[in-house]
Amino acid sequence: MTRIDQTFARLKAEGRGGLVTFITAGDPDYETSLSMLRGLPAAGADIIELGMPFSDPMADGPAIQASSLRALKAGQTMKKTLSMVREFRKEDQVTPVVLMGYYNPIYVYAVDRFVADASEAGADGLIIVDLPPEEDEELRPAAVEKGLNLIRLATPTTDEARLPAVLANTSGFVYYVSIAGITGTAAPDVTSVGAHVERIKARTDLPIAIGFGVKSQEQVRDLAAVAEGVVVGSALVSAIAGTLDEDGRATAETEPKLLGLVQYLAEPLRQRAEASAI
Amino acid sequence: MTEPLNTYRGGPDERGHFGLFGGRYVAETLMPLILDLERAYNAAKEDPSFQAELDSLNAHYSGRPSPLYFAERLTEHLGGAKIYFKRDELNHTGSHKINNCLGQIQLARRMGKTRIIAETGAGQHGVAVATVAARFGLPCEIYMGATDIERQKPNVFRMRLLGAKVNPVTSGSGTLKDAMNDALRDWVANVHDTFYIIGTVAGPHPYPAMVRDFQSVIGKEVREQMMEREGRLPDTLVACIGGGSNAMGLFHPFLDDRSVAIYGVEAGGHGIDVPNGHAASMTGGQPGVLHGNRTYLLQNDDGQILEGHSISAGLDYPGVGPEHAWLRDSGRVTYVAVTDREALEAFQLCTKLEGIIPALEPSHALAYVRKLAPALPKDNLLVMNMCGRGDKDIFAVAEHLSMEM
Repeated sequence: MTRIDQTFARLKAEGRGGLVTFITAGDPDYETSLSMLRGLPAAGADIIELGMPFSDPMADGPAIQASSLRALKAGQTMKKTLSMVREFRKEDQVTPVVLMGYYNPIYVYAVDRFVADASEAGADGLIIVDLPPEEDEELRPAAVEKGLNLIRLATPTTDEARLPAVLANTSGFVYYVSIAGITGTAAPDVTSVGAHVERIKARTDLPIAIGFGVKSQEQVRDLAAVAEGVVVGSALVSAIAGTLDEDGRATAETEPKLLGLVQYLAEPLRQRAEASAI
Repeated sequence: MTEPLNTYRGGPDERGHFGLFGGRYVAETLMPLILDLERAYNAAKEDPSFQAELDSLNAHYSGRPSPLYFAERLTEHLGGAKIYFKRDELNHTGSHKINNCLGQIQLARRMGKTRIIAETGAGQHGVAVATVAARFGLPCEIYMGATDIERQKPNVFRMRLLGAKVNPVTSGSGTLKDAMNDALRDWVANVHDTFYIIGTVAGPHPYPAMVRDFQSVIGKEVREQMMEREGRLPDTLVACIGGGSNAMGLFHPFLDDRSVAIYGVEAGGHGIDVPNGHAASMTGGQPGVLHGNRTYLLQNDDGQILEGHSISAGLDYPGVGPEHAWLRDSGRVTYVAVTDREALEAFQLCTKLEGIIPALEPSHALAYVRKLAPALPKDNLLVMNMCGRGDKDIFAVAEHLSMEM
């Protein structure tokens, strides 16, 4: 059982959905980002997605692209991202860390070395946005060998014919993209999301986390009612952006603002757990 | 890898790979769309009426075949190979880009798509897309980097006149690669009704093969025209490479004719030794994955994409079509780079000797012809693809030559 499997088992026992939080490694700088990363579990994050910055994140919206560019400008590299995971893992052996990003920085780092280093650093899973099942054979065997969960995205455009291919080598959880579009833009429609999630559940026992466009407590509550997890990303990196000074540097507001928002978004899930405990 | 293959025209495989290169590196949201596009394109290829419609549009709307012109004074001046220009700058809209756009809009119509989007750098592809969208009455949005909009005002105005909406792209660095990112973002958000006309032999499969097929009309015509003129095939082919669509169109029909020497000319900018000072992804880049395919890219040691530089906005792309990457590694095509300065000199030479104002893109090919032709025998038949006309570039040239307009 990986940390991700253990986390979803625990959430199930607690009778609540999990909050999956996304921040970009190195945004707005290495030290602030590491400090925020360390604060996420206490603020209410059950699983952490850590973005590996890329200059051309074509499936992401403006907020996440901007956060990637801030991190790169501040000197973030793949090595530094892995070192952040290592530092985080020294203090937290429970919270899963999923590395999320695009294939090119991994390919240039060298795929086998990346998988080995990520696993050694204490990462638990990988989401590689532009590496569909059709192209993953140079990475999948190494990830399986090192026990890293390979988490795939299913989308509203993933039809019945294609779903088995998407689910075939997925482990940990399935990330359901709630809108046909890019991150952080339109708001998901809970009714249609529920129908899609049912469709996926008919074909897999894996937990499902829903993301793209989640911004409010209401959305977290409603989506957690139809799936095992809710992913928040653009709203968090936008909150970070809102606290930066005019040169894009962190201020005293940056960390409290981010962690405060995580705490706020986690509330409906924690209340739910208390309610079901009674 | 220098062992010759039986054929260089067999690619891609059924998953869109040209050896190590190509493929479909896209987010899941896009994957069903490009699979759908592939099915539709395969069906269209088998349908004789599709090719017949395209042939008719090429002949009567675009003005094909374009002439194969003997550049007599340039030949005399260089004193070597017999130089021919394939005159694709005489096509409707002034470049080879229309060949591909007519093909893709026919496919969009067959698929029942009602909205067209595209990316553009210099604006030649954008103008060609806006043109075919107007011709077939479909609404059209063009993504263009804010920086490029500033550099290429006449083409922006043309697109607007043709009824297209030009969306300035400010994300990233506001150039062609960012325009492509934003066009892909538009596509995933509007999958139900939108067709994305990619302008070069890059992007996820099936685009590289599909755009190549539509552009191959260039090389097919050259074969026939040269047989008619000289009674044999050419000996040497030269074309410029940004993404590489005009070059692929000229080269592909000749890849299995071993006697034909083939040269692709990249944009060497300030020189390929200057960090981030050129756009020569094959002569000065490394393999990587961007915009849906694996190919040679301008990138740093951490896999972050670089901007590149070229005097020509049409060559200013950090990648290159995956089939070119494969042809490079297999040794079938020789890829070289020329600098901004060499391209400018060739631009002036051609203008004065032949009365043809070339675009800055084929000026790169011309600059290499200047180096190559003098060393070749006089009976060497050399064809250079004059893939675009230079009207759009006169402002940039005036600035570089410090001339008053």
